[in-house]
Order: sequence, then C-alpha cells, then structure tokens
Amino acid sequence: MTKQMKKIAVKVDDLTVAYNYKPVLWDIDLEIPEGVLMAIVGPNGAGKSTLIKSILGILKPIAGSVTIYGKSYEKQRQLVAYVPQKGSVDWDFPTTALDVVKMGTYGSLGWIKRPGQKEKKAALEALEKVGMLPFKGRQISQLSGGQQQRIFLARALVQNASIYFMDEPFQGVDATTEIAIINILKELRKAGKTVIVVHHDLQTVPEYFDWVTFLNVKKIATGPVKDIFNDDNLTKTYGINYKVSIQE
Amino acid sequence: MLGSFAVLRKQSLLGDAISHAALPGIAIAFLITGAKDSNTLLIGALISGLIGTFWIRGIVTKTHLKSDTALGLILSLFFGFGMLLLTFIQKQPNANQAGLDKYLFGQAATLVESDVWMMAIVTGICLIVMLTFWKEFKILLFDADYTKTLGFNTKTIDILITSFIVLAIVLGLQTVGVVLMSAMLLAPAAAARQWTNSLAVMVFLAAIFGAFSGVVGTAISASQNNLSTGPVIVLVAGVFVVVSFIFSPSRGLLFKQIRFIKNRRDLELHKTLAFMHQIAETHEDISHPHAIKLLNNFQGYTRSTLQKLVEKDYVQLQGNMWSLTETGFDTAANLYTKQSTEDE
Repeated sequence: MTKQMKKIAVKVDDLTVAYNYKPVLWDIDLEIPEGVLMAIVGPNGAGKSTLIKSILGILKPIAGSVTIYGKSYEKQRQLVAYVPQKGSVDWDFPTTALDVVKMGTYGSLGWIKRPGQKEKKAALEALEKVGMLPFKGRQISQLSGGQQQRIFLARALVQNASIYFMDEPFQGVDATTEIAIINILKELRKAGKTVIVVHHDLQTVPEYFDWVTFLNVKKIATGPVKDIFNDDNLTKTYGINYKVSIQE
Repeated sequence: MLGSFAVLRKQSLLGDAISHAALPGIAIAFLITGAKDSNTLLIGALISGLIGTFWIRGIVTKTHLKSDTALGLILSLFFGFGMLLLTFIQKQPNANQAGLDKYLFGQAATLVESDVWMMAIVTGICLIVMLTFWKEFKILLFDADYTKTLGFNTKTIDILITSFIVLAIVLGLQTVGVVLMSAMLLAPAAAARQWTNSLAVMVFLAAIFGAFSGVVGTAISASQNNLSTGPVIVLVAGVFVVVSFIFSPSRGLLFKQIRFIKNRRDLELHKTLAFMHQIAETHEDISHPHAIKLLNNFQGYTRSTLQKLVEKDYVQLQGNMWSLTETGFDTAANLYTKQSTEDE
C-alpha cells in the first residue's frame, strides 16, 4: 500500500515510436513510482532500448509525452542519468577510464567550462564505488567487457541523478561483475533513487528487481514483481508458453 | 589537426567528399567574378564544400542509404559537375582561365604571401575554437547519445566540427589540390593515433606530422626540378603513416611481433619450470637431482630453455642431472597463483 502513496518519478503517456512506418512502440502508457528498481523485459525487437531512448529524448517519438516528476524531461534533465549499451561506443577511442567517468560531470558544467579538481574528485569516488580505482589511468580499450561496463556505471554515478536508465548493463559481463553491479543498483534504490534497467535474463528478475514492465511493442503489464511476474504475463510477452518457477 | 576528429568519427572519407565537392564552388566563383583572386575562389569552395557536406548528412538521416554510399554519391556528383564547369571555362575567351586546374592537384608554388597569412590566421582560429570546445568535441566523438542526455545540443557541436573540417580542407586545396587533400587531412591523424592513447597528444602530434610533411615535402620538391609539391607532401605524410604502423611501441606491427615471440619464450620457460616443480614436489628435498632424460617426455623442453633457467639461477645442472634451486622452487610455486591474479 505504501508503494501507491509514492510519487511518480517517470510518467509516459501515449508514447508511439516508429522506424519507417513500422511501429516499434505502440501507445505506451507507463508510470514508474519513485524508488523502485525496475526491469524492462521483452523479446528482441520489443522496443526496450527504444523506450529508454525515447524517454531520454535521443529518439524522436511520433506521438506521446514524457514527464519526470511532473515536468517535461528537458527541464528535469539533471535528475536523469543514462548508461548506454556498452556496444554503442568505440572503445578504441584514445582516452582513459578516469576521463570517461569525468564525462559524467560535463552536463552540470555546461558549455565551455572545463572539469577541475572538484570534478576529478567526484570521478575518483565513483571509480572507487565500482571497484575500478586501480584502473583509472588505463586506456579504455585495454579494459575487459565487465570493466568497461563498470566505467559506464561510474560515469552515470558521477551525475548524482535521481533516476537512472540503464540499457542492458549485464550484457556480456561475468558473474562477479554482475553481482557487483546489482549491489550498486540496490544501494541506489536504498538511497531513494529510481533505477530502470533493460534486462534479458528472466531467471534473475525476481532476485534483482522489485518492479517489472513487460514490453512487446505494446505494454503488456507493469507493477511489482511479486504480483505480476507470472507465467501468464510471460506468455503474453514472449508469445510462447513460458514457465518460470518463482521461488517465494 | 582537425583530421584527428575526422579519423575518430570514422568519417575519414568525408574529407575526400568535401574536397571534391569544393571544385564546382571554385569554378562557379570564377564564372561569377571572372577573376582568379584566390580568396574569392576559396570562398566559393567553402560554400560548395559546406553544401556537399550537409547534403551528405541529409541523405544519411532522411533515407536508408549508408553514409559511405551518400559520400560516394556526393563526391562523384560534385566532382563531375566541377569538371564540367572547368572544361566549359577553358573554352571561354578569357585570359584568366589558365591555371584554374591547379586546384585539381594543387600547386604550392603559386602561393603568395597573403595566402600564407590567410592560412595562418584561419589555423589560429581553428586552434582557439578547438581549445574552447575541447570538452564538447571530445564527448560528442566518444558517445553522441550520451552527450544528448547531458543536455548538450549535439547538432550545434556537430556542425561546428564539420564546418571547421571543411574550412581546413578548403585552405589546403591550393597546396595539395582536390584529389590529394583527404590524404593530407587523414595521414597525419592516422599516424598520430599509432603513437598515443590520449586525444590531446594525438591532435598535437597530428599537427606536427602535418606541418613537418609540409615543410619536408616542399623542401624536396624545391631541390629537384619537375617534382610538384602537393604529391611530394602527401608522400612524405604517407611515409609517416607507414613508419608509425610498423614502429609504434604499443600498436605497431614490429613490437607486436616482438612481444608475441617474447611471450612465447616466457611461456616455454614457465612450462618447463612448472613441470620440474611438479617432479621436485614429490621429494622431501627440493634440490634432489633428477635425470635430464626425465624431461624428454615433455614437449616444451629444449636445451636452450634449460640453459636459460640455469642463467636465471632457478636450476642447477650437474652432468646430465638437474635440480631445482630454492629460488627456482619458490618461483615455480608462485607461477600459477601469480598468473591468476594477473588475469583479474
């Protein structure tokens, strides 16, 4: 019951996105309450990444609106941090781990101003949090996939946002890194932040998340994991008979 | 200098397209003014270069075509149009017409003092803009989507970078010409990338390589008759690239090979040592001597590896018997634990 009293962090109304006439997201209404750790699940091509990107204004929707704490996203940008898919950038770019994390401070710096001591300190703290401090001077191409993912996470942490959007942060990382990342996400939730994660591994949903959204072009269901994470919704989303044993 | 940005954006061909797209601008500027003043011609080049660039961007965003298709299309279209205009101009009864084709391959010898000053000033402006927007350029190059979420207007940054690349190209046209300009833009940057992992150093090195190839190229062509400057400059820049590819310490082919061989040798030593350790472990006394023959079953073992182990004081040889020393035993015992921590 307390959940319902909570503020709505992100509200999506009638969001429709299409690539060349083919709808990728169809009329999505979504309310994400503050302080949840939410998974977005759905098959490939269901529009999970597209949903996040449209909320963040990276993609232009055909219709619909997004509000963050009741105001338009443009006004609330500094409350939101984004962790893109690891594969979306060129890791051969000539820069170091610390430099990438520092990029998280660029938003609050604004145009032209350079990051100084304060920003460097914040970046180092974030690196420490993700356990990457020993690698701060490392060229980013020489980091492992899991380490690159942690760098991305640190870059978002530096932004000190209230809402975090993460696009498949567990993709291609080993078990140790996965646990390290999920622990950080749980800490964020404990601090009252809202975390939204595009997720692929259905088995771990009940263990990692407390809120879930099923998506397949249309929104299938959204709500607390313990209420709606069931075979019925999974079947509706994935189109085949899905059986996941959920331990209570 | 600005070439670094083009290389990192994987838009290397853009330079080629821009320089070719500049040609009709030069021709049209000549047709309109009827004079061969290099500044007016360059303004024409600048305008048509910019038009070409933004058409390419338009094609990529509005249609399904990939960027290389769009680049190729615009490149040949503008170049063809430019050639058409050039031949048209050559048929005209205008004494000034001669020498316009120098823009095809460039002719540094035709540069006059005012041209050089012009170049210096524009380079200075580029430098200032680059330093001012360094942070913005860098983050856009690395992660454009993320830059957008931080609240930067990525289009503005993008247009700024592109405009300055166009400007740099147009300026270079007089020296090396339409056909070779893209090499001038990219070669120093590609060479610089081999030597460093820092964007700042890369840009700095690219500037130096570029300037150096300019000076050396001009010097070589001046010392010989019948060597035109532009191609020589590009060739010098090419030498930089080849040398960088082979000799750069971290990314170069030569050092990669050396590292590979060294690693293999090290591994051979480690393997032998580990095997000896295994045998030695079964005895109370670690320096218990064993026959060399024992190692024969083992593939990694050779006389020379054994000799090296002796040099490192890991193993003692007595006749055809070997035994591990104290240090050898400890090193071998640590071999695997050390390796597993290094993997982390």
